[in-house]
Amino acid sequence: MTTTHLELTGVDIEFPTPDGPFKALDNVNLKIKKGEYISLIGHSGCGKSTVLNIVAGLYQATKGGVLLDGKEVNEPGPERAVVFQNHSLLPWLTAYENVELAVNQVFKGKKSKAEMKDWIEHNLSLVHMTHAMHKRPEEISGGMKQRVGIARALAMEPKVLLMDEPFGALDALTRAHLQDSLMEIQNELNNTVIMITHDVDEAVLLSDRIVMMTNGPEATVGEILEIDLPRPRNRIALADDPQYNQYRAAVLSFLYEKQRKPDTGETSQKPAEEEKLAHNLQSEETKGEVSMTETTADSEKVKAA
Amino acid sequence: MSHSSTKSSNPLAALLSVFQCENPIQSALQSLKQLILPLIGMLVFLLIWDIGAKNIHTSLGTFPGPAQVYEQTVGLIDDHQAERQKEVAFYERQEKRNAKKLEKNPDAKIKVRPYTGKPTFFDQIGTSLITVLAGFFFASLIAIPAGIMIGLNQPLYSALNPLIQLFKPVSPLAWLPLVTMVVSAVYVSKDPMFAKSFITSLVTVSLCCLWPTLLNTAVGVSGISKDLQNVSQVLRLSFFTHVVKIVLPSSIPMMFTGLRLSLGIAWMVLIAAEMLAQNPGLGKFVWDEFQNGSSNSLGRIMVAVLVIGLIGFLLDRIMLLIQKKVSWDKTAILR
Ligand SMILES: Nc1ncnc2c1ncn2[C@@H]1O[C@H](COP(=O)(O)OP(=O)(O)O)[C@@H](O)[C@H]1O
Ligand SMILES: [Mg+2]
Repeated sequence: MTTTHLELTGVDIEFPTPDGPFKALDNVNLKIKKGEYISLIGHSGCGKSTVLNIVAGLYQATKGGVLLDGKEVNEPGPERAVVFQNHSLLPWLTAYENVELAVNQVFKGKKSKAEMKDWIEHNLSLVHMTHAMHKRPEEISGGMKQRVGIARALAMEPKVLLMDEPFGALDALTRAHLQDSLMEIQNELNNTVIMITHDVDEAVLLSDRIVMMTNGPEATVGEILEIDLPRPRNRIALADDPQYNQYRAAVLSFLYEKQRKPDTGETSQKPAEEEKLAHNLQSEETKGEVSMTETTADSEKVKAA
Repeated sequence: MSHSSTKSSNPLAALLSVFQCENPIQSALQSLKQLILPLIGMLVFLLIWDIGAKNIHTSLGTFPGPAQVYEQTVGLIDDHQAERQKEVAFYERQEKRNAKKLEKNPDAKIKVRPYTGKPTFFDQIGTSLITVLAGFFFASLIAIPAGIMIGLNQPLYSALNPLIQLFKPVSPLAWLPLVTMVVSAVYVSKDPMFAKSFITSLVTVSLCCLWPTLLNTAVGVSGISKDLQNVSQVLRLSFFTHVVKIVLPSSIPMMFTGLRLSLGIAWMVLIAAEMLAQNPGLGKFVWDEFQNGSSNSLGRIMVAVLVIGLIGFLLDRIMLLIQKKVSWDKTAILR
């Protein structure tokens, strides 16, 4: 169980641009164990999606590579299912049919018709979508679409589940709901997951390890934070947990002290994401300056109710 | 917003909605307005037409106004019915003659001669409709698959785009002599299934109406969202499944934009081609009436003009209905 399941070694990528090659990633190394839940966090535009796309096989690393169970990854495939930020459901298919397309593709010849139907319905019930499974994407809310996207990915029984800001476009309440659902599912299935997020709370709440990326260009892995909180985790209980708040502070410190972005209007690239990060920071500041001074455990710190 | 605008586009729907709405008085007023405005437009047009027509004098008499057009319409219907009666009578006579022959000699060979009367206005409409639909169908059969291939393949698109842009603006009149000669040379058979004139019209129509469908399909296909392409790649969909499940549905709106443009062009081109090539159809009817030069001719041509417009409009409406039927996005406002 402790052996490496997924391994990125010395991954570089250069994108050809009109002004010559643009080196987005430089020497990214990461080892992930089976059943581990990894979050990737970093400033907007640093290269998180690029890392995920390389693991997915949608991009090819210029140097280095990805090994999954000892086999080199060089093309996309259903054993590395992706949940995209904006759900990416086919708008002309119902929730059921969207999952069905994936299931047909993966289990053709392995499951009977009836088994496939049960499997599709089972996965939709995992994400609590049974009641609306015959609705089209346009007829359901953003959160529900994202649930279907997750069901589609889970239904492929992937070796690795890749999620690119899966809840980024959702409101806070919906996001919390989906995070809880995801933790529930993870408890049951124990998938290997790489999730990109810009939400510090989300990262700490869900992950076994948080991988923090340095600013681009030539971004790489900056720090890795092990989150040693017992599962199942409860967001309300954790709000008062000093350990939790310490992890949170560590991530914030990385993002806003060590990897502080020069204020050169770069925020305009992805305003929503930066705003969210700024919001994280602000709420942290109002709780007391202590949180910004990193690692020293301050057990007295209490989150404002 | 979308609710009211879909209503306004269709007076009939407006009329129907009078009986359905929650607030009957207000919606009745609303619907009345939507019915009345087109009616007013129509009346004003008739008035101007009438006055204008009376003041235009041609060598074939005054320009036909609404009244003459009505008269000629009735005349054309009468002609048609008379012709049909003649046809029925012709076959009856022939049958009687044949029956008599058989009475005398049971082994006698019997010939049934087809009726070869002059095609009426309505026969010409039928011919034109069949030709335009056949030409349009033929063009779509080529343009849709070709558009998909070009849209999926960027180098192919770059290679063919200049050619498409070159042929797209070519008038049917320029194609027609070439098509006529080629059809005469290539389409030789003792017992042809279709008349040569039909083939010539069909090919000309196809050549001219191919392009909008081809280009719009290609644009629709190449505009498929990157996310959906990624989904297809992650699922490792086969080429065929990719086309059927992702490419076709997502390019349907653009494809139909193209198809509707194509059908409109096909109809316009056909009338011109029939006129120039003396191929049977509405265009030939117009030309014959023009050559005829009787006092009725201008009125009849005017009837043909209105019918051509009406059919063009109906063809577009039918396409719109089909589009609504196959469109997955039921919230889209199609008009
Ligand atoms: N296909 C591409 N071609 C050129 N540049 C790219 C491409 N994809 C990403 N980039 C660049 O690589 C950098 C990292 O992008 P991305 O991985 O999307 O960032 P993140 O997901 O962290 O916000 C950005 O500067 C972006 O402009
Ligand atoms: Mg991204």
